[in-house]
Amino acid sequence: MIPEFEKFKGFKAKSIPKDEPLAPGHRACQGCGEVLALRMVMKALGKDVIVCSATGCMEIITTPYPHTAWRVPWIHIAFENAAAVASGVESARKVLRRKGRIPKKHVDIMAVGGDGATGDIGLQWISGAFERGHDFLYVCLDNEAYMNTGVQRSGCTPYGAMTTTSPPGSKSFGQVTWKKNVPAIAVAHNIPYVATASPAYYLDLMNKVKKAALVKGPAYVHIYSPCPTGWGSAGERSIEFAKLAVETKVFPLYEVIEGRYIMSRKINKPKPVTEYLKGQKRFRHLDEEHIDYIQKRVDAEYEKLLKLSEMT
Amino acid sequence: MAKRVGVEVSIAIAEAVKLARAEVIPAYPITPQTHIVEHLSELVANGELDAEFIPVESEHAAMSACCGSSAAGARTFTSSSSQGLSLMSEVLYIPAPMRLPIVNVVANRAMSAPISIWNDHQDIMVQRDIGWIQTFAENGQEAVDLVLHAFRVSEDRRVSLPIIVNIDGFTLSHVIEPIEIPDQEEADAYIPPFKPKFKLDPKKPITMGPVGIPEVYTEAKVAHNEALKNSKKVILKAWKEFAEQFGREYHPVESYRTEDAETILVTMGSISETAMTAVDKMRDEGKNVGLVRIRLWRPFPGPEFRKAAGKAKVLAVIDRCLPPGALCGPVGAELRSLFYKIPGSPKIFSFVAGLGGRDVTVARFEEIVDKANKYAKKRPKELYEVIGVREK
Repeated sequence: MIPEFEKFKGFKAKSIPKDEPLAPGHRACQGCGEVLALRMVMKALGKDVIVCSATGCMEIITTPYPHTAWRVPWIHIAFENAAAVASGVESARKVLRRKGRIPKKHVDIMAVGGDGATGDIGLQWISGAFERGHDFLYVCLDNEAYMNTGVQRSGCTPYGAMTTTSPPGSKSFGQVTWKKNVPAIAVAHNIPYVATASPAYYLDLMNKVKKAALVKGPAYVHIYSPCPTGWGSAGERSIEFAKLAVETKVFPLYEVIEGRYIMSRKINKPKPVTEYLKGQKRFRHLDEEHIDYIQKRVDAEYEKLLKLSEMT
Repeated sequence: MAKRVGVEVSIAIAEAVKLARAEVIPAYPITPQTHIVEHLSELVANGELDAEFIPVESEHAAMSACCGSSAAGARTFTSSSSQGLSLMSEVLYIPAPMRLPIVNVVANRAMSAPISIWNDHQDIMVQRDIGWIQTFAENGQEAVDLVLHAFRVSEDRRVSLPIIVNIDGFTLSHVIEPIEIPDQEEADAYIPPFKPKFKLDPKKPITMGPVGIPEVYTEAKVAHNEALKNSKKVILKAWKEFAEQFGREYHPVESYRTEDAETILVTMGSISETAMTAVDKMRDEGKNVGLVRIRLWRPFPGPEFRKAAGKAKVLAVIDRCLPPGALCGPVGAELRSLFYKIPGSPKIFSFVAGLGGRDVTVARFEEIVDKANKYAKKRPKELYEVIGVREK
């Protein structure tokens, strides 16, 4: 077990910090699930944190100069390299602390990016930072496509989904590949803590982020982030979809602590995937055959995960 | 007291970085920069330098980590070359307008294709407009001195800009020279501790690298350009104080036997030393030839250059970069715009030489001077010529 977790009792609904390190008044779309997740991430982390942001929705909506929504130190350099920027910040603070040039007090360092910045263009930088063992957490806010540039497909776009670069047509049914398993890639680096989280389960999300910050060394939290604009879903239903994704086993919640898989929420009576797919325009073109494939593959992926949790 | 030792230039540069007390060194190996970062990681491993050496997975990550480290308030150094410098290119544009001090030694090397590990200036000319201060060293001693100077200038609050010190790959990086390396006390006296005006600090949160909307983008770019141009004052003062402390003088451009010279060779980097030998030989033969070496490339020292070379009739500029599809080599083009429509200004010809490690010999410099003098009488079709192309 990880010693840093012993003293952490977990957040309770009543004890959620009132501080808002991410201020309201930013420019996110109505019903944005990503900024809601980010708000919870920041509540869990508090004020003693340095945020290294990738380019993306969360970067542009929070910092149109001269405005900023950040009440904590925040830096943005480019799209793919938030993990490397965080490596530099972490190393700098390490040597400055050692030399007595900054206070000894621990400050968390978080790199944050979307699914494109994390699973596609930034994979190498994250891999490097994980392998080198920097003490930081990486948070991926996964809204399953390049939303900031106008809904293009990414490696994390789900099978069958319509985006502007995976359009359904007479020779295509939308995204032809299965969603890239980025948490598994993080696990393959043998880092001490990996977790998936959802803003529908906000206490679980905050606890996981806090654990990722507490653990010594690199940690990775992959957060499902509904995007009404990109998904063609109703803004007021974002949390509902986040919940349905978990209840249909589409987005299982789990932790991987020192290589051991632990299911955060076992889904014993799963809802059919159609419950999740309907109501999102990105899936509405799918025929029965494709939906059938999605159901079978979702079940199989979940079974694999269960087996991993039994084995480890 | 400073010691004069026979040492490989790369090792001496690493020792200078140690003397400057660099705190974070993100680096990725590339020939011919390797000996610099190898020696630095040794110094860190031995506890001789209290720093974090980050063995990053690419040059892009190296520069990204440099930005994070500098923003967090640590003295930051890296080194690269050629393909590696190009891989960092996206990030190279970012620290300068964000006013993040970083020192980067570039061991200049040719660009692929064909792949070549040998020396020319194509790698840095591609990065001409990244907004960094850029200097060129012509020998090992100067490389060491320019590195110390770079830390001092880069972190000066009036400057707060990243600096590239260019050293020619192999011809400088891998050569053993007698070099005077200052002692720690002397280096400390010259380089004060890094105290940035702004840094990432939870006690005083700031937002760094926000979105530049159209209403502010132009102003942000102009502000950076002004800072770069204004940095010259601090650069000159830091060289003056360097001379007072160490006895070695540096100027943005250096003249060699230019008094009464009708034809002046213009060089940057290590070929300047061969050029001096060539000038001596031509002078012995009664030719009125001189040499001007450019040490400060960005911000370009226009008035200083005009003063040094403006009275000549002909400038024979050596460009160590072939400008594909362009009218003139980059240094030649810079000087053409410097002298454009100034009455009595010299005629300027650019000679592309020394690509991909090809030696530029004394005989080549003689050929260049002869050609420049000939072209001054009868203007050639092209504004530049590639020297020494083998016919077979």
